[in-house]
Amino acid sequence: MILSAEKKRELWQNYFGISLAKDQIGVALAGNPNVGKSTIFNALTGLHQHTGNWPGKTVDNAQGGFQYNQKSFLIVDLPGTYSLLAHSVEEQIARDFLCFANPDVTVVVLDATCLERNLNLALQVFEITPNVIVCLNLMDEASKKNLVIDVPSLERELGVPVVAAAARQGQGLIELREKVFQVAAGSLKTTPRQIIYSYEVEKAVKELLPLVEDIAASNALSPRWIALRLLDGDRTFLKSLDSFLSHEQTSPLSWEESKCAL
Amino acid sequence: MCSMIPSRSLSDVCGEAESVRQSNLHSFSDQIVADIYGNAEQITRHVLSKKENKRIGFDHRLDDIVTSMWFGYPLMLLLLAVIFWITMEGANIPSQILASGLFAFQDQLTLWFQWIGAPNWLHGVLVLGAYRTLAWVVSVMLPPMAIFFPLFTLLEDSGYLPRIAFNMDHIFKKAKACGKQSLTMCMGFGCNAAGVTSCRIIDSPRERLIAILTNNFVPCNGRFPTLIVVTSIFIGGALIPYSGVINALVITGLILLGITVTLLVSWLLSKTLLIGEPSSLVLELPSYRRPQIGAVIYRSMIDRTLFVLRRAILMSAPAGAVIWVLANVYVGDQSILSTVAHALNPLGQLIGLDGFILMAFILGLPANEIVLPILIMSYLATGSLQNFSSLEELRIILVNNGWNWLTAINVMLFSLLHWPCATTLLTTYKETGSTKWTFLTFLIPTLIGLTACFTLTQVIRLLGLV
Repeated sequence: MILSAEKKRELWQNYFGISLAKDQIGVALAGNPNVGKSTIFNALTGLHQHTGNWPGKTVDNAQGGFQYNQKSFLIVDLPGTYSLLAHSVEEQIARDFLCFANPDVTVVVLDATCLERNLNLALQVFEITPNVIVCLNLMDEASKKNLVIDVPSLERELGVPVVAAAARQGQGLIELREKVFQVAAGSLKTTPRQIIYSYEVEKAVKELLPLVEDIAASNALSPRWIALRLLDGDRTFLKSLDSFLSHEQTSPLSWEESKCAL
Repeated sequence: MCSMIPSRSLSDVCGEAESVRQSNLHSFSDQIVADIYGNAEQITRHVLSKKENKRIGFDHRLDDIVTSMWFGYPLMLLLLAVIFWITMEGANIPSQILASGLFAFQDQLTLWFQWIGAPNWLHGVLVLGAYRTLAWVVSVMLPPMAIFFPLFTLLEDSGYLPRIAFNMDHIFKKAKACGKQSLTMCMGFGCNAAGVTSCRIIDSPRERLIAILTNNFVPCNGRFPTLIVVTSIFIGGALIPYSGVINALVITGLILLGITVTLLVSWLLSKTLLIGEPSSLVLELPSYRRPQIGAVIYRSMIDRTLFVLRRAILMSAPAGAVIWVLANVYVGDQSILSTVAHALNPLGQLIGLDGFILMAFILGLPANEIVLPILIMSYLATGSLQNFSSLEELRIILVNNGWNWLTAINVMLFSLLHWPCATTLLTTYKETGSTKWTFLTFLIPTLIGLTACFTLTQVIRLLGLV
């Protein structure tokens, strides 16, 4: 289910404290820590930034805008995380935003020098949201380390556009903007690769799917993803989901910090 | 968004999901993480090529052995035991040389004090109190530290510690704690306060608290010398032919006990105060490196040995002076020291210690390094004022004050399992921001230590072994 633009603006404002202008395209920027995410964010937005905190959290929330092809974009810089399995507040924030805010495009920044570890996060993002672009940053560092990455075949493997970049040198940013525009406009289709789990997990997911279908459908969430989190026993997600569900039915600003074990 | 009320409420779904989750023997969350990595690895294999690197091949083969199921743990224990063995074998002779030198200087100091006609009390406070404690700390603690810390730093520098964490991850998982806790635990061997601070690397607040609360169960720098000295005197000394090996095994055993208690308490906390499931640990093993000898010596000597020694001296010299005063100021016909020790004695005896030992532990709250010096000072100040230049003489002092092997074991047990030092408590307060958790950090090890010593003592006495 796709949110109407009006509903989405309301949701972003009330639930995440982010003002999305009318007809503005919302872009989320995700990635591991230290992959040059901020460099890319700064290069794309220039001086059009402002920072605050995520509602109720002490984690920085940076947003910035840019214009491209007569379209206005708002980039939300998510906290740098290694995964979305929500062991930390940062991971919770990143996950909740991708999961509930439905950004029009999500850019996942990967460190080309340790592709395998970084792909982990990308694959997890793929499970949550379909419109993803992978930005393979630090290509210069990778070639210094004698690493050769076959970008076209990575693109085929992942099913999403892959932009090779060296953001500190300003390489790849023009292409990245263009791809963000194309995906937002719908002229570039993405079919992100879904993780194939081992037999036991897949079997358990199948068992759970009918149970979560209602909740998933009424909240524009992936049922498979909810089933996986239930298998994880991930309490923070269930709390976030619960608070999101009750928020949807009651007044805005009921976003409360989902208290972990404390 | 049209939120229709779901036909099944979230909590219903959770309940049903829980039964599916429990149906599997293995943890689903571990499997899920492993599968995500499997997928990432598969993709990477298809798209990444690099020039072959021989070192990486070597590292992989070494890791296969070091982190294997069969060799991982024995190798870990063997390395620890060897380090302790070298430490205790090597420390004896330098200890004696240092002691004879420093105590010869004490006699010289006494002569000078007499020559300038200083009053007796001044000589007592400064020479018999402060200087003698200081000499004791330096001669007994410096040699083991100067051997142990470089060896440990060598292990650290070679890249072995992350492998330890890797090996230990699954038992910490079993205790429902985070695998990273094995790293913070290793940090605790250096200093518990540093160990508590390092718990920041653990993301989940629940697991971080568990790691903070249990960090004190591994002996820190300040407690190692006490353990090493007491073992050398009482345990190995009794079995002369293999004393070195036995000593090393005893210390290794004590550390194992500390780790076992860590795991047990972690598990208990996860079942009671801090309920939850463990999160998965992803650890990148760095490549092995040839340790840089210069850096190892610098780090172990300056950062550790001298740091600990300085703290010990700063704390023990004044403590020595204060204790001399307490031992020589009389209220009625008893010195203040004896009065306090006698008051503590019943409790001390109950747990196989005595009043003086218990008092030394209490006065050692600012720094664990000074527990043994305080103890020796209080024994010496009340009894005959002999000097000692070797562990054998130290043994005689202790035996004259009623020590036997059970006392020694209880002292080691209590040293391993008692309240953390003041610095660690302060750090815990800073990290948790809560008096409740700080108090628990104090209470849990203390209760465990009291119980352990009490039980052991009563059982041994009941069996008539002492």
